[in-house]
This record gives sequence, structure tokens and C-alpha cells, in this order.
Amino acid sequence: MQSSSTAHLEIINEHFHTLLQCSGMWTLPYLSTVAYQLETLNPESSVIWDVSHISEIDSAGIALWQLYHRAFEHKGLESKLIGANPDHDKLYRLLYSHTYEPEQPPKTHSWLYVLGHETHQNILGIGTFLAFLGEAFVLLVYTLLHPTQIRYRSIVAHIFATGATALPIIALSAFLIGVVVAYQSIVQLQKFGADIFIVDMIGISLTRELAPLITAIVVAGRSGSAFTAQIGAMKMTQEIDAMKTMGFDPFTFLVWPRVIALMIVMPLLIFFADIIGIFGGMVIAQAQSHLSFSEFVHRLQGALPIKHYIIGVVKGPFFAFLIAIVSTYRGFQVSMNTESIGYYTTKSVVNSIFLVIACDAIFSVLLTELKL
Amino acid sequence: MNSIIIEARDIVTAFGDMLIHDHINCSIRKNEIYALLGGSGSGKSTLLREMILLQHPKSGTLKVLGIDLNTITPLEAQNLRRQWGVLFQSGALYSSLTVGENIAMLYHEYTDLPPKLIDELVGIKIDLVGLPPHARFLYPSELSGGMVKRAALARALALDPKLLFLDEPTSGLDPLSSRQFDALIAQLRDLLGLTVVMVTHDLDTIHHIIDRFALLGEKKVIAEGTLNEVLQYNHPIIDYFFQRGSYGIKD
Repeated sequence: MQSSSTAHLEIINEHFHTLLQCSGMWTLPYLSTVAYQLETLNPESSVIWDVSHISEIDSAGIALWQLYHRAFEHKGLESKLIGANPDHDKLYRLLYSHTYEPEQPPKTHSWLYVLGHETHQNILGIGTFLAFLGEAFVLLVYTLLHPTQIRYRSIVAHIFATGATALPIIALSAFLIGVVVAYQSIVQLQKFGADIFIVDMIGISLTRELAPLITAIVVAGRSGSAFTAQIGAMKMTQEIDAMKTMGFDPFTFLVWPRVIALMIVMPLLIFFADIIGIFGGMVIAQAQSHLSFSEFVHRLQGALPIKHYIIGVVKGPFFAFLIAIVSTYRGFQVSMNTESIGYYTTKSVVNSIFLVIACDAIFSVLLTELKL
Repeated sequence: MNSIIIEARDIVTAFGDMLIHDHINCSIRKNEIYALLGGSGSGKSTLLREMILLQHPKSGTLKVLGIDLNTITPLEAQNLRRQWGVLFQSGALYSSLTVGENIAMLYHEYTDLPPKLIDELVGIKIDLVGLPPHARFLYPSELSGGMVKRAALARALALDPKLLFLDEPTSGLDPLSSRQFDALIAQLRDLLGLTVVMVTHDLDTIHHIIDRFALLGEKKVIAEGTLNEVLQYNHPIIDYFFQRGSYGIKD
């Protein structure tokens, strides 16, 4: 009766019932208008569905009928179906073979519950981190007693990956930090005609604080995130389970090589950052107040006691340990879904940068108290 | 009646120097359950991937639902993709969404049905594949292997496709679940008028629900047809694959 390229619903109100004349294609692409027609329909008498003119129906069509059939019956109205052919019947039986009952979604909790739950989880998290640390050290002692178990190749590979390949980005960051510090201080120092003190400024601030910190932040962003993602991916593909079953301990194979490699590399990177950062300062000093390179270096020898440089470099292994241990720990926390890799990688970088800064603050207070 | 849904002519596929398909031909008819068979590395999954536009053959023509995949426009491809459902071997459910959201996503993207109806549809699809109702609120990581397959099938069936691609649908399922899965596929084919293309190794599946199949080996299609037709041929790979003479299919 109707053109069959879309779904139609004609609502005929009669004395004792509402006749719903369904026709056309009751399939997914065409159903939305019919669905809204039914939504606004508010019958007051029994409903009769005449489906004899439906040319094609799919599961969405059946579901639509069933949904409103139930809704009308729920209101206490009679809902009858006429003109269904055997194909409709078979499809209906397939889709509604069991008494299908809509399931209520699980309850969401109150904010107080969530707050308590999260706090509890965080406290437990500290416990699991300590357990991880403890297990790592037990295995470190065991490995040191059995030196043949040390993964030298792995350590060297990580030294290359976290050290040598990080040189360009560290050079760039340190150079720019040197430039920024020199530029800002020279403007102030010139007011007092004390340009020459730029050397002290650059020498001490870079070697003692800025170079170690910048290096640690770059390494945390670069290698820390890589550690978490590598171990997380291995966990997802069950490689770690495979290692355990073969008796290869993940701590000796994955954690310690990374920690040790980073602890070896970090002081070297800091030394490198010192040189490049001071060079950046030298370039600005020459450009802004015509202090030649040779004068700068001559002055630096007097102005920079060796202790500042040593303090800066000694911080390296501590920062490296924190970055490597936190990022490997986060890697082991990755669970079997793709989102958790991103989640824990972010967490690992944020945690390790925070810990590095906190550790630097402790160093700063301690060393000042010790009059160093 | 038996119009051809998918037609592959002279397909050549190579990865670098390694030849996978050497002038392969096969055709899949409407409303049949068709299998691509072959040993590991025979290129059956690759052929399936070419049919669903994930990979392109080096040469040859491949027509799906009458459209030549060599000259397909992006718009036609998008239309074609709505007419098929694909079940990947590992399920490939989006792990950040619950099972219900995985299915509902297709309705939200491709239709403007009211939320109530989408909810109902998600419910019946989950029921249809034999998952318990609470499964819709679970994340893929909380499901067992068999449930992942079922959830992925529910998602593949979401838009009532006319064409269903299954990559090893019964691998990793226990024998009883496998037979139930087969029965479900056969029932869906009968009632929804589906055409099913699958890659499988399961001899029971081949025996019970497959109408026709192509056996791939030595970079060619060794035989194509019904099980009885293929068993007429004499070829070592056919003997090997169906374990003829031992405990497999008897002559």
C-alpha cells in the first residue's frame, strides 16, 4: 500500500481500540521516525498492531515492536498483533527465545564511598610499592652473591638507549637553560656594573641545581615512560608470565638492568649537561657584555669550587634510582587493557618527576645544614 | 537465486619477495556459509583481510557485493563497511568500553534511534549470542575467552549485516561451546539471510555447517566446492588436511 523504501506507521483511532498500521521496511536505517511516533503515542484503548504490510523487518524492527508492546501492556492496555507471517515469527523466536529481562546497571557509589575507597587504595598502593622494593632488594642481594646472573648485556643495551641516544635532547635543554639563566641575570647584574659575576651565577646554579634537575626531568619523560610502556606491553602479552614459568626472574631480567644502567648513565649525563649549559651561558655573556670565552673560563676556575660540581653529579644516581624504580613498578601494574598502559605511563612520569624534585629539596636542606 | 556476493579473480599477493597468493580465484554465493581453509601460513587470513579492505592485493580483482575493491571510492567503502560484520580472532573489543557500550557505539554512530530502543537492541543482541544479561556492564578484561568471542559476535551483528566475516570463530572455545556457536551461526544464516565467510581449522565446523569452501595451499586454491566434491579430488594436501584414512573424515 505504501511505498516500501522506508518505514511507515499509520495510527487509526477507532472506538474501542487503536489500530497501528505498520508498513514498509522496518529495518535499522528507517526506524527513527517510527520510533519517535510511538514514543509520543499515548493510546487510551487496546492496541492492535497490523504488520501484514511490512515488506522487510530486522532485529531492530522486532525490538521496536517488542519495546512498545511491553510498554503498552505495562500501562494495562491490551496489545495484540495481527498479520504476522512465519518469517516474522521465526525471527521473533530467535531474538526473544529466553524471557529477556532488562538488567539494571550496577549502582554507582556516593562521593563519600569513592573518597574512602580511593584513600584506602592509595594506602594499599604504598604497601605494594614497598613490597616491590623489598622484593627487588632481596633479588639484588641474591644476584650480587651469584654474579654470573647479572645481565651485563642488558645493562649495556640500556646504557646506550637511555644515555647515548639522550645526548641531543639533553644538550638542547641544557644549552637553553644556560641561555635563559645568563640572559635574565645579566640584565640585573649590569645595573650594578657587576657583569663579571655572571660567571659565578652560571657556574654555581647550573652545576649544583639546574643541570641535575633538567637532566632528571628529561630522563624521566624520555626513559621512565619508555620503561613503563615496555614492561606494561610485556605484561599484556603475557611475556612476563612466560619468563616466570621459565625461571627468569623479572627483577633480575627487567628491573635491575634498567635501574643500574640509569644509575651509571645519569651522572655522566649531568656532567654533559653542565658543560653544555655553561657553554650556553658563555655565548650569552659574550654577546651581551663582551666577556670573551677565555676570560669566562679563567674566571670560572676561581669562582666555581669543585664541591658544587660534585654535589650536582652525586645527585645523579639518586635521581636515577627513583626514576627507574618507579617507572618499572608502574609497568608491572599495567592490567589487561590498552587504556592502562597510557594511564600508568602518565602516572610513572608524574610520580618520578615529583620524587626527583622532592629528593632535590631534601638534598638542598641537608647540604645547607651541613654547610656544604 | 545463487547470486555471487564475493568474487576473487587472479588475486596475487606478496609481502616483499614472499609470494602469498599466486593467481587465486574463488566465489562466494548468497546465503551460504563459506570457509577459507588451509594450513598455517597458507594466506587464508590474508585473503579475508583483503575482502574486508584491510589489505590490498598486488593485482587481481576482488568484488564484494558487486563493488570492485580496486576502484572503490571512500564513500562506497564506508557504505560497504556498514553492510558487513567482522569477528576478529581475538575479539578486538574496545577495552575501554563495556560490552554494552561496544555494541551500542555502532547504533550511536550510524543511526538516530532513541536511547530506549538502543538499550533494548543491545539487550537482545547480548541475549542472542548466549551471554548472560549482566555481561553488558562488564569490561572486556573481565570476560573469559568464550565470552569475548560471543561479545564480539554480538557487536558484529549489531547493524544486522548481510555479510558476516569470522576469523577462527571457534578457536579457544570448548567443544560444546564450539558446537553451540556453529548452531547459532547456522540459525542466523537461515533466519537473517546472512552470507558467512569464515577462516577455520575446526573439522567439526567444516563437517556440520560449512556449505562450500576453498582449500588454500601452495599459494593456490587447491580445491573449491562442497566437502563431498572436494573429497573426490586426489591431492596430498587434501588428504593431509582432512586426515583421510586415519581418524578424520572417512572415505
